[in-house]
Amino acid sequence: MQDMADVQNRENLQNRENLQNQENLQNQENLQDMKKLQDMKKTADKISALKNRFEISFPRLENRDDLLFVIAAEQHAVPFITWLRDMESYTHLVFFTAVDFIEDGLFQLTYMLHNYQLHHDIAVLVMISRDEPVMESIHHLWPHAATYQQELFEMYGIEFPGSPRLYEDFALEGWQDIPPMRREFDTRAYSEETYFPRPGRKTFDTVEYMKEQLYPGEAESW
Amino acid sequence: MVDKRLKRSAEASAYKKMEPEPVDNPKFPPVKDGASQYDLNSGKYLKVWQGPQHPGITGNMSLELVTTGDRIVECRTHVGYLHRGFEKLMERRKYIQCFPLVCRICVPEPDFNEYLFAAGAEELAGVEIPEKAVWLRTLTLEMARLTSFLMWIGGQIGAFGMGTIGQWTVTMRDYMLDRFEELTGGRIYHMYIIPGGVRADVPQGFFGRMEETLRKVERVMDDIELTMFHNAVFKKRAEGLGVIDPALVDVYGVTGPNARASGVRRDVRKDSPYLVYDQLDFSIVTDEKGDAYARAWVRYQEMRQSIDLIRQIMAKMPKGEKGGPFFEKLPNVLHWKIPAGQTYKRAECTRGEYGFFMVSDGSEYPRRVYVRGPSYSHAIALMEQIAVGANISDTAGLMVSLHTYPPEIER
Repeated sequence: MQDMADVQNRENLQNRENLQNQENLQNQENLQDMKKLQDMKKTADKISALKNRFEISFPRLENRDDLLFVIAAEQHAVPFITWLRDMESYTHLVFFTAVDFIEDGLFQLTYMLHNYQLHHDIAVLVMISRDEPVMESIHHLWPHAATYQQELFEMYGIEFPGSPRLYEDFALEGWQDIPPMRREFDTRAYSEETYFPRPGRKTFDTVEYMKEQLYPGEAESW
Repeated sequence: MVDKRLKRSAEASAYKKMEPEPVDNPKFPPVKDGASQYDLNSGKYLKVWQGPQHPGITGNMSLELVTTGDRIVECRTHVGYLHRGFEKLMERRKYIQCFPLVCRICVPEPDFNEYLFAAGAEELAGVEIPEKAVWLRTLTLEMARLTSFLMWIGGQIGAFGMGTIGQWTVTMRDYMLDRFEELTGGRIYHMYIIPGGVRADVPQGFFGRMEETLRKVERVMDDIELTMFHNAVFKKRAEGLGVIDPALVDVYGVTGPNARASGVRRDVRKDSPYLVYDQLDFSIVTDEKGDAYARAWVRYQEMRQSIDLIRQIMAKMPKGEKGGPFFEKLPNVLHWKIPAGQTYKRAECTRGEYGFFMVSDGSEYPRRVYVRGPSYSHAIALMEQIAVGANISDTAGLMVSLHTYPPEIER
């Protein structure tokens, strides 16, 4: 009988130890998370301190804990990105793309950089003029940036002097029109001019069709 | 006095070493400024096009190879055979109308596109989704990973001349597609994950049938381990093929199994957990050699991991009506205006980091949706780097070992 009691006691003790270990582990994880957050905030503070050097501003965008949006001036963008890569270990270029703000006459270039130690992203936004879109190349920092730049030249007409294979065709072959990802390029007009409609084909206006087919009850209240 | 500009350019040119390195082969032409200096008219070199119509190419792309003997001197990737302009089309469609488009960006793994687009829209609109939907989303993503890996094995081993194994795995993929059909109603394109949650609950008896399928897959995987990973032909050809040096990983933006096979511990599911991955028990699979064999082995172990994760999800998921709703009611989606903002969401797909960058201008239409596919850097810049010096008959195997899908390069 005593043996049994001993075994039970031992098991209870072990269980308690296991629980404590688990709690300790969780505490450690929480501490690690806290430290990470603090480090992320430190990076943000460091960037704020360099505000004047790189002419940085912060856009009115909602930031997550792990994603920070920064606007950099056109002439300081590449030095700023180089600084982030070499000094703050934002070593991974996640992507590089453009957004067309035709109403402001601007292209928003977006460099998304990732830090693998902090698991933190910084989106460097650079506003450049839509009329003469030229930007400094970053292929010397990341060789695969040349592909992004090749695509940006083809799709938006943004030039990156010195970028390898910039003027070669990327996805489009022998394209003569304006760069197709620009907002003023009308896809419908292009397809109507270029292709002919096949006979016997019906098209529905999606909103009208769904009104009739899917939401008859709701449609009355529209 | 040293010119500062000169010094800076010398620092910048430190990365030039990453350009094609001279291969120790007397037949190879000299390399100058990172480019091979060859004369096609000399008769020593031959230009070969692999693709777009070629059985040894993954999907719709082509490789322009310059060879001497049977060795590759220079490789250039050409894309554009599949450009459908999805990113442009999405700018002219309402958020809900984009759903039939996003899943078509990547054929073997549409769920990641659905999830990321939905998650991006939800974050911008400030929609919280019910807990059950989060579990169901994780389940679909893991199922998609397993299904995509099953298809990849077919390509990988087929490229080395063993088509039979590919036929086994594609059969297993079909069984998985049955499960997808049961859960979502679609086999290839599911359109299951939508903003606000998922479209349907788990059907009755689904978990039992899923378990049955997983057992079938596991049985075949045991066979694959014997016939593929212990196969002399596969070992001989894949070992040492297309080695990715860990130093190349950051320079070329390499992610996923390609990076993990070089010993770089990176997994979005662990690093920045999304959905319920922080509640699941798994570890990052890595290898050290960084060649095609190591990549295949990492993927094989990740298949086992996916099976395990699916089981964990099925066990831990809140079930039945007690589990709560699987959908958060949204305003009328045909008139759904999303507040202005920008966001980036990422997930770990079979090939690496998959991401959606979304910009909303406050209207009913997205201003810009950018899709970050891992193949973008793997298939172009990285492939052109590591193909040099490889045997021309191994090009197909090398290409598949990077696990590239052209559709995500030209969205």
